[in-house]
Amino acid sequence: MPRPVEKPLLDELQTLLGDRARNEDFELGLYGKDGSVLEGRPAILCLPVNSEEVQRIVAICRKYKRPFTARGSGTGLAGGAIPVGDPVVIATAKMNKIIEVDLDNRIAWVEPGVLNLDLSTQLKPLGFHFAPDPSSQQVCSIGGNVANNSGGPHCLAYGVTSAHVAAIEVVLPDGTVTVLGDLSAEPSGYDLRGLFIGSEGTMGVATKIAVRLTQNPPEVRTLLLDFADVRDGAATVSAIIAQGLIPAALEMMDHRAIEVVEAFVNAGYPTEADAVLLVELDGLPGGVENGVDIVRRVAEAHDVGTVRLAADEAERALLWKGRKNAFGAVARIKPDYYLHDTVVPRGKLVEVLEKIYRIADVHNLIAINVFHAGDGNLHPILAYDSREPGVLERVHAAGRAIITASIEAGGVLSGEHGIGLEKRDYMGMLFSEHDMATQDLIREAFDPEGLANPLKVLPSGSRCSDSFGQHVPEGAWV
Amino acid sequence: MQRFIWAARPGRRVGVNTQHFIEEPILQFASDVGSVGPVTVVGGRTQWAVGGLPLLGSREVRAPAGVWSHEPEEMTVRCGAGTSIRELNEKCAQFGQMVPFDLNPEATVGGALAVGRSGFRRLRYGPIRDFVLRIRHIDHSGLLVTSGGPTVKNVSGYDLCRLLVGSLGKLGCIAEVILRCLPIPETTLWLTGTGDPFKIYNQLYRPSSILWNGDQVWVCLEGVKSDVESQAALLGFEEVSSPPSFPTRGRMSLEPKALRGLADDSKDWLAEIGVGVVHCAEMQTPAPLSDANQILMSDLERRLDPTGRLNPGRELVAT
Repeated sequence: MPRPVEKPLLDELQTLLGDRARNEDFELGLYGKDGSVLEGRPAILCLPVNSEEVQRIVAICRKYKRPFTARGSGTGLAGGAIPVGDPVVIATAKMNKIIEVDLDNRIAWVEPGVLNLDLSTQLKPLGFHFAPDPSSQQVCSIGGNVANNSGGPHCLAYGVTSAHVAAIEVVLPDGTVTVLGDLSAEPSGYDLRGLFIGSEGTMGVATKIAVRLTQNPPEVRTLLLDFADVRDGAATVSAIIAQGLIPAALEMMDHRAIEVVEAFVNAGYPTEADAVLLVELDGLPGGVENGVDIVRRVAEAHDVGTVRLAADEAERALLWKGRKNAFGAVARIKPDYYLHDTVVPRGKLVEVLEKIYRIADVHNLIAINVFHAGDGNLHPILAYDSREPGVLERVHAAGRAIITASIEAGGVLSGEHGIGLEKRDYMGMLFSEHDMATQDLIREAFDPEGLANPLKVLPSGSRCSDSFGQHVPEGAWV
Repeated sequence: MQRFIWAARPGRRVGVNTQHFIEEPILQFASDVGSVGPVTVVGGRTQWAVGGLPLLGSREVRAPAGVWSHEPEEMTVRCGAGTSIRELNEKCAQFGQMVPFDLNPEATVGGALAVGRSGFRRLRYGPIRDFVLRIRHIDHSGLLVTSGGPTVKNVSGYDLCRLLVGSLGKLGCIAEVILRCLPIPETTLWLTGTGDPFKIYNQLYRPSSILWNGDQVWVCLEGVKSDVESQAALLGFEEVSSPPSFPTRGRMSLEPKALRGLADDSKDWLAEIGVGVVHCAEMQTPAPLSDANQILMSDLERRLDPTGRLNPGRELVAT
């Protein structure tokens, strides 16, 4: 049963925020979802415009022992922003200002609701960008990137969000505001900044973020390689890295992905190929040319079909458009999809891909693979039609089998989407109970009352302070 | 509980990958750390005084040494925390790879991470914490804890690895790590001359290091030969064989732009432009913590080491 909303709680929030504290059924329903297939329901929706309001909301929640869940753009794929435990949802969409660009320190202070691509677009005339570039970068927020320690194609060379955040102003679950990390090289004390990044809203709410600015590369080259056999494509990935070359991005798409993407964006992807690799090299001209030569040589040694080098910026953008819109393109095959995110050693890509195809066959589903091959980060898409009776059970069974296959190959649960609600019960596949109990001890130092985004990241059993029951509440679709 | 006992047995593995093995020396180290009495982990003693000297009478233990696996095609290396930086880089260099810590080669990997200070090429390669993929540490009760994972990308669970880097061993004793490696660049060139180091920083694309002593500038450029030469041509500096010697006693951590203020200072120092580290002759006191951070950090210490037995005497948070 949902916990009823206390009238004084709603009154206090509405006194603070006016019509930015809402509880209309329709809107609450919208904020119950994110990019995953999961669903929950907020008790109240709050849309603060600054840190002070976030601080006051958290303090009010604490007074009523009401959990709260921070939310960016809701593009997360692991259910991290799904409201469970009848929380107040704190949506940061209205906190969307770039506060300061400090070129001398090569950082920018931004509010959490600033969109990832907007930031890089604004920085472009200055010659800089924010390196993490998730496929959802047109709509995902920097606050969400911090919560999930997000990645993206270019993280192969540049690293994930944690490497690009110097400091974070945080409202802690007890309502205190503090800054974790600072702009100096070696801040005093423990690296709480590093700990907070990727904690999926369970340690507080980020209200200002100092992101590091990365120099735009003077030269960029993008290549599209096609292969008649997916195994040659995968072997090319390992061989490129083994040559001591780390491209800026090294992406792979399988046959089905090529077909749906080409029909969707008409980028000239070879639809007869079994796999394509999208390889990007950036930096100074000599290194880039050298990289192009290595990629060509390695690909030729692995029976590449054609090597297409984007002639200009327009062609480069078109090739990337295909990659970045691949997930949306799946709608051409089936109306729904479940996107997974595991990482395996590069050398195991072929083995695990073959397992994924077999798993999909066994469960009578369609598997499409579009992924960050360079760092072994698989993104199998299971396409389905939710109107088919019983299909979701098959999707979940297949998902579990894919995760098991990845971990058996020496991989991990998630490369960049996070654990959220989706994978918390799989944490025991990777960690011992003592590992998880240790993680919980650390979380508890931030949130002893268990109010910050409850029921996420760690399975219920490992959370001694979990006051919201052992199971995900009824109504949350897991 | 069953799963922990299962995972902690030597040689048992969770998956088919050797990365999941728990080596026998790790369990020996766990038993050395034990669950009672103060212990001090000894590395290469190259940064021994950082954070204060260990409590007298504290039992000394050493983390296991040895590079247990290097997978060049994965660009990862797994080693005992007691392995020297020299051995680590010798093993990696056999496959044209490196872990650019740039520290005293006799320092241990675990010691370097526990202290958490990055080397002089941080400007290009980033801080040493960003090379850590997985840490296995022994906690205050003598039990093994694993955090992170063996792959180059991973967001499974909280990022304890970053919490442990720079923790001076006060939250746990690092036993084994998996680190990310990088290819050794084709060309490395050190140059020196005079000029405005901040202008030089803005002129260059991803230099590996820019050092400045208020008068002279040293620049390290790395990459393919033609790029290094074209970048060097922008400067007109003289080639030198190595970086200058660093004042070793003190170290300041500033915002990169605050280094401009050093110009009027006549003391013996060498600053890392774009990073904010200043190597200096005098001992420096770290910047004070905010009340909220101090409370959080003390609480973490109490939770992860309730009796204060791990590396007593070292201090990150004033008591």
